[in-house]
Amino acid sequence: MIDFQTNPDSYKHWKLSFDGPIATLSMDVNPTATQFDGYELKLNSYDLSVDIELYDAVQRLRFEHPEVRAVVMNSAKEKVFCAGANIRMLAGATHAHKVNFCKFTNETRNSIEDASKNSQQRFLCAIRGTAAGGGYELALATDYIMMADDSNSAVSLPEVPLLAVLPGTGGLTRVVDKRKVRRDRADVFCTLEEGIRGQRAVTWRLVDEVVRGSKFEEAVKERALEMAASSYRPANAQGIELTPLVKEQQDNSVTYPYVSVEIDRIDRVATVTVHAPETGVPTDLSVEEAFAQGADFWPLAVCRQLDDAILHLRFNELDTGTLIFKTCGNADVVAAYDEFVLENQSNWLMREIVLYWRRTLKRIDLTSRTMLAYVEPGSCFVGVLAELLFSVDRSYMLEGQLEDAGLPAATIRLTAASFGPYPMSNGITRLKTRFLGEPETVDACKSRLSENLNAQACDALGLVTYTPDFIDWDQETRMLIEERASFSPDCLTGMEANLRFAGPETMETKIFGRLSAWQNWIFQRPNAVSKKGALQLYGTGARPEYDLKRV
Amino acid sequence: MSEESISAGLGTLREDSMVEVNYDELIPNNVDLSTDLRLKRALESWQPKFLDWWKVAGPADTREFEVYLRTAVGVDPKGWAKFDYLKMPEYRWGILLAPKEEGRMIPCGKHKGEPVWQEVPGEYRAMLRRLVVVQGDTEPASVEQQRYLSKTAPSLYDMRNLFQVNVEEGRHLWAMVYLLVKYFGRDGREEAEALLQRRSADADRPRILGAFNEETPDWLSFFMFTFFTDRDGKMQLESLAQSGFDPLSRSCRFMLTEEAHHMFVGETGIARVIQRTCDAMNEAGITNARDIEAVRNLGVIDLPTLQKKVNFHGSVSRDLFGSEVSTNAANAFNAGLKGRFGETKIDDDHQLEGAVYPVTRLVDGCFIDEDVPALSAINARLLDDYIKDCQGGIKRWNKVFEKAGIDFQITQPHKAFSRMIGEFADIFVTTDGEIISEQEWNQRKTEWLCTDEDNVYIQSLMNPCMKKGEYAGWIASPRIGINNQPGDFEYVKIG
Repeated sequence: MIDFQTNPDSYKHWKLSFDGPIATLSMDVNPTATQFDGYELKLNSYDLSVDIELYDAVQRLRFEHPEVRAVVMNSAKEKVFCAGANIRMLAGATHAHKVNFCKFTNETRNSIEDASKNSQQRFLCAIRGTAAGGGYELALATDYIMMADDSNSAVSLPEVPLLAVLPGTGGLTRVVDKRKVRRDRADVFCTLEEGIRGQRAVTWRLVDEVVRGSKFEEAVKERALEMAASSYRPANAQGIELTPLVKEQQDNSVTYPYVSVEIDRIDRVATVTVHAPETGVPTDLSVEEAFAQGADFWPLAVCRQLDDAILHLRFNELDTGTLIFKTCGNADVVAAYDEFVLENQSNWLMREIVLYWRRTLKRIDLTSRTMLAYVEPGSCFVGVLAELLFSVDRSYMLEGQLEDAGLPAATIRLTAASFGPYPMSNGITRLKTRFLGEPETVDACKSRLSENLNAQACDALGLVTYTPDFIDWDQETRMLIEERASFSPDCLTGMEANLRFAGPETMETKIFGRLSAWQNWIFQRPNAVSKKGALQLYGTGARPEYDLKRV
Repeated sequence: MSEESISAGLGTLREDSMVEVNYDELIPNNVDLSTDLRLKRALESWQPKFLDWWKVAGPADTREFEVYLRTAVGVDPKGWAKFDYLKMPEYRWGILLAPKEEGRMIPCGKHKGEPVWQEVPGEYRAMLRRLVVVQGDTEPASVEQQRYLSKTAPSLYDMRNLFQVNVEEGRHLWAMVYLLVKYFGRDGREEAEALLQRRSADADRPRILGAFNEETPDWLSFFMFTFFTDRDGKMQLESLAQSGFDPLSRSCRFMLTEEAHHMFVGETGIARVIQRTCDAMNEAGITNARDIEAVRNLGVIDLPTLQKKVNFHGSVSRDLFGSEVSTNAANAFNAGLKGRFGETKIDDDHQLEGAVYPVTRLVDGCFIDEDVPALSAINARLLDDYIKDCQGGIKRWNKVFEKAGIDFQITQPHKAFSRMIGEFADIFVTTDGEIISEQEWNQRKTEWLCTDEDNVYIQSLMNPCMKKGEYAGWIASPRIGINNQPGDFEYVKIG
C-alpha cells in the first residue's frame, strides 16, 4: 500500500531549512529507503518515495510558510545534483506504476510552477554536479537555474541515447516551450549523453546563469534574496500546520472525515463521496476563525482528503476502472464556505485554498479512470463541488424525488467558482471547455448564478448528461456501469483523455497529452523493455538491440 | 396444415402455468403491469401514439368494420385465444409472455450454462437493443405495406384473415415495445417512439429492412409475403426464442403461436389459388400449364406467373437473413443473445469454437460448399433451415397439382438467384443456378420475375368480393372456416 502522507520530520530524502524569506530544499536521497525492493537510489536518483516527500514539502511551503518568498532547490550530495528517476526501479516496475509515477511527478513539477506563478513563491535551482534526466527536469520546473561552472556540473537529458525512453517529466516540452531552446540545439542536447556544461549551457538557454564554483553559494544566496524581494507575498504572515490526515482504511473502503471511498470489487467501481460539514457555517465566520481552524477549515480539509483519496485510488486500486463522484450534505453550508473563500481572495490562505482546489481538480481531470458523477437527493453540488460535475466523463442527475425518501429533489447550484478560479490544464474553465461550441451557454449558466437548478433546468442548460427519474435510475446506472466494464480499459483511458481536454493547448496539456502518450508507447516497446532493450540492459555493458523499423 | 398443428409449439409450455390476462386494465397483459409503475406509465403514454399510427398507417377506411377476430387472452396452449366481433381500433393489443421456465439456462455461446438473464446485461445492451429494434421494426412495417389490401379482398374470409394478421403484427410490435420500455430505459423509450415514426417505403424514414419497404400491391403478393417473409419472421423469432435474455425469449415464444396463423394464411391462400387455377383448367380442358394466354382467359392466375411470384418473394425474403457470413451474427450467438433454429435440439457443444459449417459460395466461377467457422456462419445456417421450412409448404402446394392431375411443380429458386445482400449480391444467377452476365440478366429476367404486363394482369383480377360465402373467381374457398364457422359465415360486417 502506497501512502502519500508524510511530514518533514519523517523525510528520508529531503532536508527543508529556513532562513527568513528563503527556504532551502536539499535533496539528499537515502539509497536504501526505497519504495520497493530490488534497487538502490544511488546518486540522488529517485523513486516515488522521493517524490511523495517533494510533493509534501511543496505543499507545506505554501500553507505552513507564507513568509517564504524564494525556495532554493539544491543537492546535499557533493558530486551530483540529481541523476533522475532510478533506472532499476523503472526496469522493474509494472507499466501501470511507471505511468502513475510519471503522472504524479509531472503534477508535482507543475505544482512548483504553480507556486511561483500564482503564489509568488519563487523557486531557484542551484545545480552543483550533474543534473541528468529527471534531475534536469526538476530544475526545469523552477524559475531560475544556476549551475556551478566547474568540470563536474552539467545538465543533460540522456534518456534517448542511454535508455531508449523519453525524458518523462516534461523535459522535452519545457526545453523548447518554457526555456525556448532552439529546436536544433535541443535536438543535439537531447541526444548528448554527457550533457552540456558551462557557458554553452547559458548560451543555449538551458540554464540562466553559471557561476564559478568558489562563488556559487554566495551567488545563489544573492539571487534568492533578489527573487524574494520581488515577491508580493505577505510579510509577517503566520502559516497553518498541515496536521496529519485522519483516515480509516479497510479492505473495501477509505474513510476520511469529509470524504469516503467505497469500493465495489465486482463492478470495479469506487464511489467517492464528498461530505459537507455536519454543523452549519459559523455565523461569525471570519478569516481569523478560518486561521484558528487551520487544516480543519472545511474547504481545505476536504480538499486534502480528496487529493489523498484520488492518489490512493490511482496507485493502490488499479483494477477499479470507474470512479463515481457523489456529494452529500447541506448545500447552503457548502455555498457559504464557497462564497467566503472566494470573497476573501485578498488573504493568502484563502488564495492558497483556491489554488489547491485548482490543482486537485486538475488531478481529477487527469485521472485515467472512467469518471461519473451521480447527483441525487441530499447531494450538494454547489460552487467548487459543482466543478466535479464538469470534470467527469458523464453525469447523471436524478430527476424528482426518490420513491420512499423524504429528501427533496436534487439541485445543482453554480457560483463564481465555475467561471474563473478553477481553470483546467488547458487554461480555460471547465464550463468553457464543456461548451466550446456554444459559448453563449456559458453566459446562460452565468445568468442562473446561485439558483437551485433542478434536473430539468440542468438538462436544458446542458450541465448534466442524463436526468433519469427514480423509476429509471437503478437500471440506467446499472447498465452504464456494466457496459463500461466490458470495454477495453486501455481504450477507455485513451478515449477519455482525448475527449476531456478540448480547447487551447498549454504546456501542461502538451506534457500530459503528447508527451505521456508517446512515453506510454515507448515504455511498452521492445526497444525499451524487452530483454535486449535498453532499460533492461542498462548498466550491464551490453548494447541494446533495436528493432530498426520506424513506426 | 391446420392452425392447431402449427400452434403445437406451445405444447412445450407446462400446462399448469396458465396465467390469466388482467383485462381490468387498459392494456391486457400477464406481466403484472399494475405493479410496474415505469412500464405502465411508459406504455400508457405510448398507447395513444400507437392508435394514432394505426389510424394513419393501419388498414385504410375500416374503422367501423366489425371483424371476427381472435384475441390472445392467455398463454395456455389449450385456450389461449377467444373469437368475437370487434372494431379493429378497439382490439386489445396486449403484452403476453410465455410462462417462465424455472431454471432455464443460457443455451449457447460463451455464457452457455449460466442462468438466463432477467435484466439486460449492460455489456450487451447496445447489441440486444438493436436486435429488438430490428425485429420490432418489421411488425408495423407489414401492416403499412398491407394498408389498402382490404379494398380488393377476394372474400370476407380473406379480408378477416388480413385483419387478423394486421392486428397481430400490431401486437407483436407491442411485445417488442414492451421489452424496449421495460428493460432499456430512456433509449428504449426513444426507440419505441421511432418504431412509430418510420414508415414502409418512406423516402426519408424508411423501415430498416429492405423487404419491408417493398410494396404489397395485390393479394397474391400478400399470400406470398405471409408465406415467405413472415416465415423469415418465424425463423428470427425462433432464434430469439433461444435468447439468454429471458424476457425476449418468452416474448418470442408466445409470438410464434400467433405467427403460425400468418403462415397458415399464406400457405392456404396460395394453395387455394392453385386449386382454383387447376379446377378452371380442368373444367376448360386445358392441360398445358405453360399456355398462359389460355389460362388467363379463364380469369385465374396462370401457374408460370405464380412461379415468378415465388421467385421474387423467396429471394427478397432470403435477403432478410443478412450476410451468410456475419460477424454480427457471430457476436450475437456468442453473447448468448440469439441462438440457432432449434438450438436446444442440436447435438453439438452450442459454443462452436473451432466448429465449421458449409456455406455455399462462388469460387472460381462455381458454387461450392465451403467450410467456414460455424460461429460466423450462423446466418447461413438459419437461411438453410428457412429454405427447408419453405419446402414443406411448397410440397403441399405441389400435392394440389398432383391431385388435380395438372403437370406443374412449384420450385424454389437457386440460393443465389436475385440476391441483393450476402455472398451473391454482386452476381447474376438464373433460378437454376446458372451464372450469367448482367447484360444477359437484363435481357432474360422476365423469364423469372413478373413483368409489368404480368402485374397488370394480376391487378385486373383484384376485384373485391364482399358478399358472405362468396369468393373472387381466381381463388377457391377454404376447406374449413375460421374457428370452424360455416361456409357462409359473415367474417366482416361492413355495415
